[in-house]
Amino acid sequence: MRMRRSIWFWLQLAFTLCVCAFLIVPVVLSMLAGVTQNYFLGLSSGLTTQWVVKVWNDYRAPVLLSMQLAVACLACNLLLGIPAAYVLAKRQNAFTRAIEELLVMPVAVPGIATALALIVTYGSLGGFRTHWTFILVGHVLFTLPFMVRSVLAVMMSIDLTTLEEGARSLGANFAQRFFGVILPNCRAGIVAGALMVVTLSLGEFNMTLLLHTPLTQTLPVGLADTYASLRLEVGSAYTLVFFVIIIPLLIAMQWASNAASPARAV
Amino acid sequence: MSVTIRLEHCARTFDNGTRALESTDLAINGGETLVFLGPSGCGKTTTLRLVAGLDVPDAGGRVLFDGEDVTHVPIEKRNVGMVFQSYALFPNMSVEENIAYGLKVRKVDAAARAARVREMLDMMHIADLAQRRIDELSGGQRQRVALARAIAPQPRVLLLDEPLTALDAKLRETLRVDIDHLLRSLGITTVYVTHDQAEAMALGDRIAVMQKGRIAQIGTPEEIYRAPANAFVADFIGTMNVLAGQIEDGHFVFAGGRLPWHKPAPAGSLMFRPEALSLAAAGAGNLTASVVSAFFLGDHVRLVLDAGAPQLLTVRIAGERRFVKGERVDFELDATAVMALEE
Repeated sequence: MRMRRSIWFWLQLAFTLCVCAFLIVPVVLSMLAGVTQNYFLGLSSGLTTQWVVKVWNDYRAPVLLSMQLAVACLACNLLLGIPAAYVLAKRQNAFTRAIEELLVMPVAVPGIATALALIVTYGSLGGFRTHWTFILVGHVLFTLPFMVRSVLAVMMSIDLTTLEEGARSLGANFAQRFFGVILPNCRAGIVAGALMVVTLSLGEFNMTLLLHTPLTQTLPVGLADTYASLRLEVGSAYTLVFFVIIIPLLIAMQWASNAASPARAV
Repeated sequence: MSVTIRLEHCARTFDNGTRALESTDLAINGGETLVFLGPSGCGKTTTLRLVAGLDVPDAGGRVLFDGEDVTHVPIEKRNVGMVFQSYALFPNMSVEENIAYGLKVRKVDAAARAARVREMLDMMHIADLAQRRIDELSGGQRQRVALARAIAPQPRVLLLDEPLTALDAKLRETLRVDIDHLLRSLGITTVYVTHDQAEAMALGDRIAVMQKGRIAQIGTPEEIYRAPANAFVADFIGTMNVLAGQIEDGHFVFAGGRLPWHKPAPAGSLMFRPEALSLAAAGAGNLTASVVSAFFLGDHVRLVLDAGAPQLLTVRIAGERRFVKGERVDFELDATAVMALEE
């Protein structure tokens, strides 16, 4: 016998589909616009890859710089964030809690304000101002709390002190227990933090808009540039390129983290 | 080959000013199992951590292993094996890898390592768990792995911090027997911390009963049971009954009876163990009480008695006599088994 569904089921389904459509339709339209001959004439004008090719030819440098920044930003976060989280987890007192809160400041303060502060402070250091590492500093400031918090949360949940005492009782020195016991048991937090850091760095716009120079344009800044000064189709093609880069990257990172911990359901 | 341990003037004051351990001197013989017994906050774990090298005594205190001053040698260089209440096993490693860890950090070569791991797995009867992950083990299995891991590198001293507390009663019993066999066969100097007196009595060659940061008494389980140093120790080890009363013409008179007493008046109350009371013929005896409850326990009966004092008495009577609730019964209290202890 077929089950009769109530009117509420259909209403809820319709509502859910509407919300999905609201979110997905602009994405699809934007991506379609990137491969349309003439957006104002619509799809009837035909499909083309010329805009994508144009974007790749003209904006390859920003795209590559963004990827370079994301990797460098991740490296800095691993080197700074994990030790920082370790110290915060080991020494729980008023001072470390204050540090923990202060770390979040660059997220709360508008990116433009942080960028201005950086320019005021370091802007006159000629070579540094025009170097891509100037943007890196901003990205690290902005993403560090995400890495620290993510790793710290895991460290607080695994009874770090006892694990370390266990390793010490077996004769392990600091390096042996840090790399052999602490890091492997914080992997879930490190992977989650790394995903956040990479995606935030790739998409960061507010701060980078002020920090960049014509020679150190990043992917989102380039995107704004195309929308502001070129045809809408080019901007849309740019968005398409962005998706093509970021979605496989996210899937790959998630896959890598799952592959690394086969028996554990996270 | 067994290491002797000595603590000299070891005190420990925490940063917040709490005095966790008063100045303590203690000698632990080679190959002996010493149990620190006491309620939480008595300083037993603090003492263990000083022996382990996880903590350092206040200035002036010294910890000696075989006469060698190890006070400032951290645990990773002290060559001790430790078992933690929460096991502290490494979740990122298999059972085998956990046991091998101490050997690995000591750079023992792979062949010798594998052989020793196998030996440990067999000794602790966990060979079939070798490849398991830690989160796939039960509490009892985890504790076996923790023991195997601690013993594998052949430590000088074995330290156990409430190893059975997290387990259920039945498992505790089984593991206690296994640990006993293990300690006897290893002949390693062992310090064992617990708040469970049955565990302490079963495992300890000697027991140090701790109270408020001091060792209240140290001795064999029998010494401590037969001649407790004070009321706290008496109450902590086994059951103790209290008789409040006063001296009247050569007798100690208490609710429910009287006892010839020619010694000076006791400072506190008189106490006796449950087995110090036996049945007397009706009308005879020196203690009369009514039965509150009776538990038949096979070869003996455990009685809770009301002799008219605020505190009830708990006694064990051998034999098969049946008791009825509310029944008044005459007992003979063994005067030689009565102790006068200070509070």
